[in-house]
Parts: sequence; C-alpha cells; structure tokens
Amino acid sequence: MKQYLEYYLTWFRIGLFTFGGGYAMLPMIEKEVIDRHHWTTEDDVMNYYAIAQCTPGVIAVNVATFVGYFQKGVLGALVCTLGVISPSILIITAIAGVLSSFSDLAIVQHALSGIRIAVCVLMSTSILKLFKKGVIDAGAGFIFAAVLALAVLSNLSTVVLVVASGVLGVVFSMIKAKTGGIRNE
Amino acid sequence: MNKIFLIMIEFFKTGLFAVGGGLATIPFLEEMSMKYGWFSMDMLSTMIAVSESTPGPIGVNMATYIGNVIGGPFTGVVTTLSLVAPSVIVILCVSRMLKQFQQSKLVQSVFYGLRPAVVGLIISACISIFAGTLLSENGLAGLNVLNCVLFAVLLYCYKKFKMNPILLIVLCAFLGIVLGL
Repeated sequence: MKQYLEYYLTWFRIGLFTFGGGYAMLPMIEKEVIDRHHWTTEDDVMNYYAIAQCTPGVIAVNVATFVGYFQKGVLGALVCTLGVISPSILIITAIAGVLSSFSDLAIVQHALSGIRIAVCVLMSTSILKLFKKGVIDAGAGFIFAAVLALAVLSNLSTVVLVVASGVLGVVFSMIKAKTGGIRNE
Repeated sequence: MNKIFLIMIEFFKTGLFAVGGGLATIPFLEEMSMKYGWFSMDMLSTMIAVSESTPGPIGVNMATYIGNVIGGPFTGVVTTLSLVAPSVIVILCVSRMLKQFQQSKLVQSVFYGLRPAVVGLIISACISIFAGTLLSENGLAGLNVLNCVLFAVLLYCYKKFKMNPILLIVLCAFLGIVLGL
C-alpha cells in the first residue's frame, strides 16, 4: 500500500512540475524515476518514449503507464497514470472555474485577445517542428497534402483520415521496398 | 443518447486516434466543436493557451478544460479519464511485446503515413484559430494589420531568443490589455 502511495505521489510531482508535456517531462522523469527511485534505467525510458510516440494518446501518460506496469503490473500502471493526470485535473478545474466567472470583464477579454496571438505563435512553431519530422520525402509530402486538402475541403471524419493515412503509409513503404529491391538486383 | 455517454465516446475516440501527443488531439476537438457545439473555436484557442501555460500533459489539460466547460468539474474528470483510457489499454497490450513492437516494419510504415497526416490535420484544425486572430472581422476581406504585425514580431522573437512559452503568453496577455486588442 505504501509502495503504491509512493508511485502515485512521485508521478503527481512529475505532473505538477512539468510544463508543456511530452519531451518537456523527460528531465523531471529522469530525476524522480531514475535517479531518486531507481525504478527504471535511462535506456528503458528512451525506449518508452520511442514507443509512446508511436502509440495513440498523450505521451506522458503512455510513459507513466509503462513504468508503472513494469514495477507492479496493471495496478501499478493505473496508479502511476492517475498520479500524472491528477495535478492537471485539479489545476485546470480551478482555472476553468475562475476564467468562466471573470470572462465577461473587459480586461480579461483584452488579455485573451492578446493570448490568441501567442497561441498562433506557439502553434506555428509546433507545426513547423512536426512538419520537419513527418514530411521526410515525396511520399510523406503527398500524404500531408492530401490529408490537409481533404480535412479542409471535405466532410470526412478525422478518424477516417487517420486510418487511411496509416494504410497509405504501409502501401508506400511496400512500394519503396520493392523499387529499392529492383535497384539492388 | 445520454450526453455524458456521448462525451465519453468522443473523448475515448480522441484518445485512441490522436497519435503523436497532446497537439494531435486538436483536430478531434475541432470536429467536436463543429458537430455538437459544446464549445466555440474561440474557447478552444483559450484552452490551448491555458493548457500550454499550466503544468501537466497538454492533451490531459485540454480534456479537463473542455469537460469543465461542457458540464462542470465532474464532466472534467470524465473527459480526462475517457481520453486516457485507450492509452492505458494500448500500452498494457504493447508492454507484453515491447521489443517486437519497436522493431516491427509494419508499425514503422504505419507511422511513416501517420506523421505527415497529423501535421495536415492540425493545420486544418488551426485555420479558424489563425483566421480569427489574423483576419479582420469583416471575414476574409482583410487582414487585422496590428495582430499580423504583432504575430510576425513575436514569432521572430520567440524563435530568436528561445523564449519560454509561459513568458510569451504572459507578454501577449499584457499587450492585449495595454493595446486594448
């Protein structure tokens, strides 16, 4: 019982002290999970990160689930996951309450209008980073352009587009492997 | 259908298909906004700012925030748990075959297709956020010149000086108040 409480509190701290999620959490995870508690190793954490990016969902949650699972099975995974999301729930619930009761004030309206520009800046830089990582060749460029066009112009659901692009990824990779094979002969 | 049940399904779906971290949830949230009108795109923009400037994973913060907006604190817990549930289930399945999964050619080629797709989806979802900020209120007719200039200057400074996102958000809030945006 004490052990589970320690899992919960450790991941609670990680959730509480990292801003930005995903990779921003890495230093805090290293400090708490590797250096302090020796629950896992640096190499394992890098592996978890790699897989967390290739599986659906929030990256930090995926890493917490991994570490918890390898410590204490399914229950450990659940405790760590709840720990890492608890601070968000508490803090955001408080902010949402406060913002909704003050959102009619002129000063808050002006601040929010300013913040919208900040959001555009943040999204532009994030999108550019993701673009560089994802659009690596002509095939990926085609998928990017096709999905963007369909998402803007058609009513196809996001799920359909995600599934279709996964399938296209497999098809393109097969074609690449085949043409590469011919060149080798 | 019961609304809370519908909310659970929508967020479970988001958690299951949003691959590549918190920002990948935005296209699904935009779709929800269009389909059900639970929240507006303006609100979504505020949520992104709050989620980026508060501790915790961005996707989780967004889910909690939207839940609170739709139906209060309890709904906030429901949306968050629904978003996280598929992650936990998938990771528990993957844990058992960690090595195979990581080295699988199939998984790699699926992701070769998903990564560029997610960028396209996020751009499409953000168009209305960008348009609402950078274009003037009479629709597509004109640019909001002040906002465009601020955007360009801030984008340059943000990259050049590697500014902290929280600092950027606070600075913009201040500018908004001072300039009466």
